[in-house]
Amino acid sequence: MPKPDYVIQAKGLKKSYGSNEVLKGIDLKVERGTMLALLGPNGAGKTTTVRILSTLLKADAGSVMVEGFDVAKDADKVRSVIGLTGQSAAVDELLTGRENMVMMGRLYRLTKQSAKDRAEELLEEFDLLKAANRPAKTYSGGMRRRLDLAVSLIATPPVIFLDEPTTGLDPRSRLAMWDIIKKLMANGTTILLTTQYLEEADQLADQIIVIDGGRVIAEGTATELKSRVGKDRLELGFKDAKALQAATEALGKEVVDTNEKEQSATIIITNTNKDVRHVLDLLTAAKITLVSMAVHKPTLDDVFLSLTGKQTPSKKAGDK
Amino acid sequence: MATELQFEHKPKIVFAITDALIMIRRSTTHIVRNTDQLLGTFFQPIMFLVLFAAVFGGAIEKSLPHGVSYINFLMAGIIIQTVAFGSTTTAVSICNDLQQGIIDRFRSLPMNNIAVLSGHVISDLFRNGLSTVVMILAGLAIGFRSSANLFEWLQIAGLIVLFTLAFSWLAAIVGVLAKSVEAVQWLTFVIIFPLTFASSAFVSTDSMNSVLKAFAQNQPITQFIDALRALLLGTPIGNHGWIALAWGLGSMIITIPLASILFRRQASR
Repeated sequence: MPKPDYVIQAKGLKKSYGSNEVLKGIDLKVERGTMLALLGPNGAGKTTTVRILSTLLKADAGSVMVEGFDVAKDADKVRSVIGLTGQSAAVDELLTGRENMVMMGRLYRLTKQSAKDRAEELLEEFDLLKAANRPAKTYSGGMRRRLDLAVSLIATPPVIFLDEPTTGLDPRSRLAMWDIIKKLMANGTTILLTTQYLEEADQLADQIIVIDGGRVIAEGTATELKSRVGKDRLELGFKDAKALQAATEALGKEVVDTNEKEQSATIIITNTNKDVRHVLDLLTAAKITLVSMAVHKPTLDDVFLSLTGKQTPSKKAGDK
Repeated sequence: MATELQFEHKPKIVFAITDALIMIRRSTTHIVRNTDQLLGTFFQPIMFLVLFAAVFGGAIEKSLPHGVSYINFLMAGIIIQTVAFGSTTTAVSICNDLQQGIIDRFRSLPMNNIAVLSGHVISDLFRNGLSTVVMILAGLAIGFRSSANLFEWLQIAGLIVLFTLAFSWLAAIVGVLAKSVEAVQWLTFVIIFPLTFASSAFVSTDSMNSVLKAFAQNQPITQFIDALRALLLGTPIGNHGWIALAWGLGSMIITIPLASILFRRQASR
């Protein structure tokens, strides 16, 4: 097997503001052409991590290599291979979309012609051609984010940092953003994305790192993380409390949880076919009528909850 | 899908200059797009000039040397005052950049970050130059007359450019340090108001009490005003020109590196 080619490597990142320890030692690696998602609630240290990786902030301890360049020693070299899309759309409000693109292209050291050509190409790709001659301050939230991302792609950098690229966007704009990000991934760009949305990490990322309180608390693929939380659950619903009582007796110790209010019982299953059949057999033998039945796969929300002991931010915000 | 990208390969120093040019273009575009501010650029100096000339003219003219009209006396002072107040824009623009996400964008690019500052300072020079021309034209319309020849006009222009640059770099420091645009407003107010009024801008310093007079006669703004006034009216310039030159260049030797260091530090928080 060839040795993995890590484009971003961070070891033991620490950062404090006064007595407030924001990062308590973060390690991460991103393989070429893949996406790593940093998943965590507000204040977990996601943005601080991205700011350090993208040369904006100096870490108190630890090291970062991006494309073989040390961010502390070769910041300019790192800057020429990265694109950064931050939380607040970092575009010039008074300049038009096109002027923003060309200006940033020139600052990336593109030639005038190249900057112009590439700007047109991206404006079209990001559906901003019609608005290209309007000042950015007249753009909607979704358009601004698209322009912001387009600006960071002007020099086609091989590494992109996306710091909460869909926070605050309406569902439609979010989907549009996901499509754009998927296209980027298809082109082989290495991406580090931060998000508070589990669904986003689940949908887009190859690898996920869950951080909370400045520490990595879990890492793996979405599937691995989900399997860590546990097995599939079978939820059985009954007509009334009497039926629930009878079912609990019939199923015996397989029932891990009952809910009197909803007259439901939960059973952990490992083999869906066999276990469901077994449960149905037992209930039929006991002549108990089932009102509803559902198999629940663990979600990343469950992962988050079990790892941090906190509700996920998206749930709190009533997002789902 | 993507077209082949062409990158420039030039020495670092050349890039520092092109970065500055790109940033000057950006800030200059801001001036043109920001129509409210642009109106101020034209009307504020005219208003100051006309009001001062009309309100104080009658009272102050009596204390001036025989034969000097107040409008002629006032012109140098009001140019310097307008430029000083105009530098507030540099501070506001820099403060705005630092408060908004755009500064992170610039810092994530392989550019020379100080170009952000020089862009604002230089474009401010254009705007102040425009204000000054408008004011001189307005002055001519209400009776201002200069005895300056072409060579003296060149010196006048040079002096105004020097003062504008020096003051804008000072304002750049205010812009870097201020936490908000409101803070910029009162900070510049607290600095500029006493400096311009406790000077020879509007009245002869001879009429002030001794403490104030000692300050007013020796502070840098008075040196610029006196040099400018002498050049405009053809009176002896004395040492004022050299002292003004020393103040202007001397302050920039300190303010430019200081602004750059503070800017780097402030932006990397």
